[in-house]
Amino acid sequence: MKNIDSYSHVRGESLFVDDLITRQDTLYGLVFDAPVAHGIIKQIDYSEAESIEGVIKIFTYKDILGENQIGGIIPDELLWTKNEIHFWGQPIAFIVATSEAIAKKARKLIRIEIEKLPAITTAKEAKAKNSFINAPRSFHLGDTDNAFAHCDFIIEGETFSNGQEHLYLETQGCYAVPMENGNIKITSSTQGPTSVQKITARVLGVPMHKIEVDVIRLGGGFGGKEDQATPWAVMAAVAVQHLKKPVKFVLNRHDDLRMTGKRHPYESTFKIGLTKDLKITAFEAEFLQNSGAAADLSPAIAERTLFHATNSYYIPNVKTTVLSCKTNLPPNTAFRGFGGPQGMFVIESAIAKAAHIIGVEKERIQEANLLDENDTFSYGQIATQVEAKNTWRTAALNFKLEKIEHEVRDFNAQNTQFKKGVSIMPITFGISFTNTPMNNARALVHIYQDGSVGVSTGAVEMGQSVNTKMLQVAYKTLGIHPSKVKLETTNTTRVANTSPTAASSTADLNGKAVLKACETLISRLSEVAANMLNTKAGEVNFKNDAVFVNNKKSPITWEDVIAQAMLDRVALTENAHYTTPVIHFDKTKEKGHPFAYHVYGTAITTTTVNCLTGTYEIDSVKIIHDFGKSMNLGIDIGQVEGALIQGIGWMTMEEISYNKEGKLLSNALSTYKVPDIFSVPKTVEIAPLETKGNDMAILKSKAVGEPPLMYGIGAYFAIQNAVKAFNPNYEPKFHAPFTPEKVLMGLYE
Amino acid sequence: MIQFILNNTTVSTPENSGMTLLDFIRENKQLKGTKIGCREGDCGACTVLVGTLENNQVTYKSITSCIYPLGNANGKHIVTIEGINLTEQLTTVQHSFLENYATQCGFCTPGFIVSLTGYALQQNEQSTHNCNDAVSGNICRCTGYKSIEKAAKNIEHILANKDANNQISWLIKEGFIPDYFSEIPKKLLKIKNPISSEEGTVVANGTDLYVRFADKLTDEKVHLIADKYKGIEITKNQCTIGASTTVTELLQHKYLQKLFPNLKSFLKLVSSEQIRNMGTLGGNFVNASPIGDMSIFFLALDSTLTIVHRDGSLRKIPFKSFHKDYKQYDLKEGELLKSISFNIFEDNTRFNFEKVSKRTHLDIASVNAACQITISNNKVTAIHLAMGGVAAIPKYLSKTAAFLNGKTISEEIIFEAQKILQEEISPISDVRGTSAYKRLLARQLFYAHFLKLFPENIELKKLITL
Repeated sequence: MKNIDSYSHVRGESLFVDDLITRQDTLYGLVFDAPVAHGIIKQIDYSEAESIEGVIKIFTYKDILGENQIGGIIPDELLWTKNEIHFWGQPIAFIVATSEAIAKKARKLIRIEIEKLPAITTAKEAKAKNSFINAPRSFHLGDTDNAFAHCDFIIEGETFSNGQEHLYLETQGCYAVPMENGNIKITSSTQGPTSVQKITARVLGVPMHKIEVDVIRLGGGFGGKEDQATPWAVMAAVAVQHLKKPVKFVLNRHDDLRMTGKRHPYESTFKIGLTKDLKITAFEAEFLQNSGAAADLSPAIAERTLFHATNSYYIPNVKTTVLSCKTNLPPNTAFRGFGGPQGMFVIESAIAKAAHIIGVEKERIQEANLLDENDTFSYGQIATQVEAKNTWRTAALNFKLEKIEHEVRDFNAQNTQFKKGVSIMPITFGISFTNTPMNNARALVHIYQDGSVGVSTGAVEMGQSVNTKMLQVAYKTLGIHPSKVKLETTNTTRVANTSPTAASSTADLNGKAVLKACETLISRLSEVAANMLNTKAGEVNFKNDAVFVNNKKSPITWEDVIAQAMLDRVALTENAHYTTPVIHFDKTKEKGHPFAYHVYGTAITTTTVNCLTGTYEIDSVKIIHDFGKSMNLGIDIGQVEGALIQGIGWMTMEEISYNKEGKLLSNALSTYKVPDIFSVPKTVEIAPLETKGNDMAILKSKAVGEPPLMYGIGAYFAIQNAVKAFNPNYEPKFHAPFTPEKVLMGLYE
Repeated sequence: MIQFILNNTTVSTPENSGMTLLDFIRENKQLKGTKIGCREGDCGACTVLVGTLENNQVTYKSITSCIYPLGNANGKHIVTIEGINLTEQLTTVQHSFLENYATQCGFCTPGFIVSLTGYALQQNEQSTHNCNDAVSGNICRCTGYKSIEKAAKNIEHILANKDANNQISWLIKEGFIPDYFSEIPKKLLKIKNPISSEEGTVVANGTDLYVRFADKLTDEKVHLIADKYKGIEITKNQCTIGASTTVTELLQHKYLQKLFPNLKSFLKLVSSEQIRNMGTLGGNFVNASPIGDMSIFFLALDSTLTIVHRDGSLRKIPFKSFHKDYKQYDLKEGELLKSISFNIFEDNTRFNFEKVSKRTHLDIASVNAACQITISNNKVTAIHLAMGGVAAIPKYLSKTAAFLNGKTISEEIIFEAQKILQEEISPISDVRGTSAYKRLLARQLFYAHFLKLFPENIELKKLITL
């Protein structure tokens, strides 16, 4: 089944926030934000801005009737700052005018006087100054000190991975409309409707039931709209609360780039110990996470870095520590992979450096340490249904790894200007919110009296086709034609208290809830049908829009049963609640079983570097991926391709740049480059691994959103191998992204 | 009044000619299929087609409507996604996207559909590119493009059977476009093309000015010059190109394709399809960026600029004296660039253009370079070198060229010459790279000229060991 939105997407008829029909009296919002990264506001003069015709009101912290606090995990972030500025782009005021153009003119007329303070822009600086978000976290397994004492090789090093801009094509935005009795309806482009509702209620000082949040779809999210869609919606709602007029607020691209957080840059150090037979017996790492000026989701992201710090390898002695460093950058936030990619880049760098120093191929170390059944992760979970070796070996066999490597060696022997490099990237990614209480979801299924069905869940559609998967679960369980099922918008009045659409688990959690609701409905309808056919409910089942008795088609249709159910006063609506079983995690011990299951895979990446210019192309990425039993392979392959290219972008061309004063330099699409159609691998081959699938996954179809992003890390090491082939003096560095600049400098160092 | 055909309807509007076409489409006409992604021509979400009537045929080009002045729509056929949609079924391009899973979140999708429909509408003889080139200005953050490539290949496959003589009716029959397209030439003839304002900010197609000053220009009646100073004229020994000529028009020019056999691969490095369809030579010169691709290209051709004054008087200056200092150039009040010309070279002259940027396509160069070398009796008899990103202005490298003049090309000579090059340039560190990188890259691109133009004399292996 294709994405159910495809038809309206390709016709440009799908609605996004900016496309909604607005009321005639709609006002438009614009943020006035801090023009320095750190400082004290001495004085602000709004008078000139306020005097422009069409400016209705300029809102500041003084206009907040509830609490000026938007922090999720830690209450450390103001909606509009009071006196102190903590990052360049921090919201100070909210201009509401009759048009966006007028608001822009007014913004230029606001006069602000600031006493500048020194800005911290890197995690290392923050650590030196003891500037942290929260206490450090550490995972321990075995005894690294003792293990290092028995190692044949001990290699230490440092790495850097830069941030990454989400660059959802649709910028952040919302439309807030006053309803009766002080109620407000917000249509928001958010991955977390409940978070928008909760924080809005808090800031407005009203109960949550006064705030309705509706989400149609997102023009891309990637984590950037998990927590950071909230402030914009809250600002619009504050304005609505005061003005009793609808307020639309869609950020322009420059404001969005400047004011929102990104993937966290990490500065890390590692120490890896190996025996002569290339077994990794000890691994230590310290991760310095550049969290930005407030917590946002940083503590949870830091935690996931620790969960994935050993990637697909079993290492018996592990000590990993992460420090969330408070700096004067916009609060960094969730981005596909959620700290996992940053952790995996470090262990892969450690192995690459070890291989370089020992003088073996990196993949020999990788292969010698792949995770096996019943191995223990550093957080105590025992690995089961492990496919690490299986995906590795299947990839090597199916894609003829030896032949690829042979060809690369031959090519490099024959060519001077062009060198090829190949690398292998295995991935192991845990599925579940690592904060166990968040692993719950609900679905509300209505069967209307004509037999058509409406499904509401807490899942937000943002291109990942979660609605398509929900529809598949519903029509298959109800035994009706897909056209009878409609997926409703995600709305807090229909499905409340939801977890955000994140952690790759949304299809699992909400899908299981849909399944449960539909199964309950079917069991009720089976009774109705059984009465109609004078048989037992247990002998009835529904398929192809008809009732079957003992698998023989009866003359009774789906619609007949629904009509009878109405007459019998049988409930045609069901609300189901699902929580992931088994999982638990004890943060005081940093041990437990946090993940429902893991997703595995292996990618082989080949690149060609032009050693004259330092530019490069990715020739191919060939992947064996563990989809479980995919419920929609076309859509799942699209997720792998999209994530892979996003990962390659992070590792190659996407370069976030702040100056020393904390001003974003990569502040436009002309200075921040994401992959275009020419920069993607010439060949991408994705083959599913044949497995039984996992019962914890919806219809045994494993989560697919985030894990494949980390295949992109392979591009870094493939390029590095090509550079090594050209320049025997090259000293491997682990400083991502590997831009053409770094490649050229490496080729001629 | 500005008058044009928007999809199937003739519209007249008193709006400012400086308003963006995007705002007119989305706000005035409430056509919401055209999306706002970046408002600087860098994402393609707002792509529309502009059809121009030429010899009773309409030529369609894709453009980014976010940086296109409404006034330039005057007398044209503007096609948005809504104007492509068929009543009850998907077009061939749309169907191909659906079948190949080429749409995920859907926000960029209308832009891709419009670009590829524009590709289908290209006249065969103009075609200098393939489907992927047609979407070179469309960014998708979800799919990773592989599914889009598949969809595009499928479209290309169907288009291979196109009936070139009855293109529009063939496209209608094959479900690429609605049937109203066949009536457009007649309708366009009826539209009066009023004389536009001679006052206000001078704008060609807006690719530079609207990135920087869209808010201001929206409120203006601007002085539009995109249709003035056009055309490429070839005489016996000179080529003269109107300042409003677009990069696409250069690319599609048969004679220039012959004169520069690698023209296509050079110009594909310049921005994207949509921007090449809009961006003019004159605009690139007066933007005066030290890394302007067209500036570098024409500096190495030792070109001459013709400047016209409001009073009609003309003056000619060597292009290399046009740029004075960072963003400063020799153009006085009341003057406009009229054309640029260069001497047509003979077979013993070779030309090359190089560019390296973080992303190979649709990106601004870290360093770009061009050279023109004439060889007689194994010696350099004339040489012009230009390099961008290495000085405050697009740099004409006179000293390096002087050194090479009269020499026989060899690795040793090239190596010596690059030392002079290093003295001649003064790159700064910025978002396009550190100065050390730009120096190294300058050397490499300098080498690249000779490796490409004199493969028989120059070997990379030897060069890098010097």
